[in-house]
Amino acid sequence: MSTTMNDSSERPAGAKAADGAPAPARIAINDLDFFYGSHKALTNINLAFPTRQVTGMIGPSGCGKSTLLRVLNRMYDLYPGQRATGQVMMDGVNIISPDIDLNQLRSRIGMVFQKPTPFPMTIYDNIAFGVKLHERLSKSAMDERVEWSLTRAALWGEVKDRLNGSAMGLSGGQQQRLCIARTIAVRPEVILLDEPTSALDPISTLKIEELIDELKRDFTIAIVTHNMQQAARCADQVAFFYLGEMVEAGSATQMFTTPRERRTQEYITGRFG
Amino acid sequence: MSATLAAGPARDARVADQLSRRRRRASNMVKLLCLVATGIGLAFLALILATLLWLGVSGLSLTVFTRPTLPPGSGGGLLNAIVGSLIQTALGTAIGTPIGLMVGTYLSEYARGSTLGNVVRFVSDVLLSAPSILIGLFVYEVAVQPMGGFTGLAGSLALAVIVIPIVVRTTEDMLALIPVSLREAAVALGAPKWKSIVFVCYRAALDGIATGVLLAIARVAGETAPLLFTSLGNLNWSVSLGQPMASLPVTIYQYAGSAFDDWVQLAWVGALLITFGVLALNIVARVVLRKRT
Amino acid sequence: MSQSAALSASPPIRRAGAASPGDRIFSLIAHGAGLFVLVLLGAIIVSLFIGGLPALRAFGLPFLWDSDWDPVQQVFGAAVPIYGTIVTSVIALIIAVPLAFGIAFWLTELAPAWLRRPVGTAIELLAAVPSIIYGMWGFFMIVPFMASWIQPPVIDAVGDIPVLSTLFAGPPFGTGILTAAIILAVMIIPFVAATMRDVFLTVPPVFKESAYGVGCTTWEVMRSIVLPYTRVSVVGGIMLGLGRALGETMAVTFVIGNTNRISASLFGPGNTIASLVALEFPESQAGSLKLSSLLALGFILFVISFIVLAISRLLLRPRSGS
Repeated sequence: MSTTMNDSSERPAGAKAADGAPAPARIAINDLDFFYGSHKALTNINLAFPTRQVTGMIGPSGCGKSTLLRVLNRMYDLYPGQRATGQVMMDGVNIISPDIDLNQLRSRIGMVFQKPTPFPMTIYDNIAFGVKLHERLSKSAMDERVEWSLTRAALWGEVKDRLNGSAMGLSGGQQQRLCIARTIAVRPEVILLDEPTSALDPISTLKIEELIDELKRDFTIAIVTHNMQQAARCADQVAFFYLGEMVEAGSATQMFTTPRERRTQEYITGRFG
Repeated sequence: MSATLAAGPARDARVADQLSRRRRRASNMVKLLCLVATGIGLAFLALILATLLWLGVSGLSLTVFTRPTLPPGSGGGLLNAIVGSLIQTALGTAIGTPIGLMVGTYLSEYARGSTLGNVVRFVSDVLLSAPSILIGLFVYEVAVQPMGGFTGLAGSLALAVIVIPIVVRTTEDMLALIPVSLREAAVALGAPKWKSIVFVCYRAALDGIATGVLLAIARVAGETAPLLFTSLGNLNWSVSLGQPMASLPVTIYQYAGSAFDDWVQLAWVGALLITFGVLALNIVARVVLRKRT
Repeated sequence: MSQSAALSASPPIRRAGAASPGDRIFSLIAHGAGLFVLVLLGAIIVSLFIGGLPALRAFGLPFLWDSDWDPVQQVFGAAVPIYGTIVTSVIALIIAVPLAFGIAFWLTELAPAWLRRPVGTAIELLAAVPSIIYGMWGFFMIVPFMASWIQPPVIDAVGDIPVLSTLFAGPPFGTGILTAAIILAVMIIPFVAATMRDVFLTVPPVFKESAYGVGCTTWEVMRSIVLPYTRVSVVGGIMLGLGRALGETMAVTFVIGNTNRISASLFGPGNTIASLVALEFPESQAGSLKLSSLLALGFILFVISFIVLAISRLLLRPRSGS
């Protein structure tokens, strides 16, 4: 089934960035394979994430796009039997090599999950939790950081009067923005978003999308989404995954108007998936 | 026979009717018996509580709480027994809870699916139901004999051994309920595993773990057998952990079997206190747990 | 926005060992705690065995079936308490299992929804009542009740009927094996009922619905669907109750009559391992043969309960794959 489409994987990673704005790659994936035990979930992935751009990853369920996201912050290390081979280069270091300091890596590559994951503590402590892991701040500096991150996550106005209230009392959309605030409070360089709006209502979704647009001025963003319109609205670069392989990647405009591959064409026009 | 089968819908209505009536009668009979069984169970609880109230309340007075146990006929109370129970229960819980918490953490966070983990879980579950009198004998062997005497500390140790498996069970169960996404979210921020366990998972499971501790307190507060050979009981006022120490259950045991009416009366008062205290703890624990679900 | 300037100034990606020191210490503590539980069990077994060794040496294997318990002659045998332990527990089970089954069936299938929780909680509270309370309540309430309302008429009724007249003979003191078994039954009903209720609830509703669909009555659904489906776990729950009954001390001590003699009558007095240990221990000198015999009894009790509880655990293990 997947015999006709493999020319994209032959191309060097840098070529994709050249399709869109010629931004340098913040992370470059070269020849990545990924295994759940003996099952190969990703095959020969080559993809670069341009600095301060949004890369959208689309494809049908089970195509490996979320798996790829979880490779980037080594989330798979939590589970025995999962392993990756190949290269994921960031600042000249292969971040999937076993001797990487994972906690520090994750402070530089933050992640926001599909469902909101507020910790069972106050709004303030949710933000401070991540910061305290990596920095020693005075009370006033911490206050400033909390306000800064909540402001960047477009949540400050709604919660500034109840920072000491439980985060569990927020609405779903607010919880998700809190999770984004918690992630950026650590001041990562890259933010991974795993279907961040699939559990949210349309208005909350719109807010998060606006937020992504705003955040890309400072952060390199990778977003996995099921929603084609969302990819079109948010992403600068789009990569299409199918059955554990990356079919093609290119600028959002090019991917949605003139995809090179028939499979991409069929997926974005709703023929399958 | 094949003829009847072929006839299909034309069943013998009389037979069918008879059968159905008999089947329904059997079912109703069983339903009635089940109702009676439940009634018997509830009646026992009601009877026990009624007896305690009936015989205990009449002996309740301030002196029960202000005076220590005294010889028969001299108007003693239960103060040293109550204080001794509080001390030993508190110390036993304080020793047993951290150990149980760490075992539960080990089972939930470090030993999922491992053989050693399964063995530890199995052993802990067996200890959960092991005869408590044997815990008393064990502590007698390893603490009382070497230390050369019965002590409140030994009593606390025996209670701690009983606390451990209770806390293990609830801790593991409660940690298992925490969604994977919450752990991943903590790890994704760069938290080391222990911080994600201590500051996120424990926090999320706090009321469940607290329930386990409350149930453990309720269980050991009423334990008698393990204290008989460890803290022994003490009719004199003593709060020293290095001396034999009184406790409410052991005092009840000593008084209830005595030939003195005022001692038997005090035993009923003690029974009333301990039972309603233990039941109240159980109910509080259930309310705490229900709030989360 | 002053902080955004700092974003680019992060240190190079560090290479480090897999775990931070905090992780190593915490993991060490957790693993140590896990091992501690195993050591604890081992220590209990070993300490009881070592404590009982002098008696086992002195009397050898016949300790198990010798029915003498004579502190004056310094002769001790375990037969009477072992017999008492097993007989009281088995009778308790015979009484408790049908009642517990009825309660569990009622709570899962028959009770109106609004009654399930309060009645279920009340039954669970029965399990929370301390055993000394059962003993005291049994001593002051059940014993006189047995002595005046149960034992005399039963003894009269069985008259000279063979077997029954032996089983229900003797002076109606109210105490004895049967009274102890009744108290034990009341104590283990909530454990068995709660376990049965929980396993009945694991039956997928679609099984029951399909049986109702072909016209089964409630009882037929229980008998032909729920019970076969949960058979193994139900036996596990019963074993759990048995394990509890075997080691119960205070409740039995008050009412069993405390006699070191095997009586053929269920109304006759006896002793269980736990009640004998509780009663005789205070009168035993440290280092005496009697104390060692009591510890040996404790060791035997531990082995019996361990086997029963282990079987119970194995049977109650959740079905694989569900």
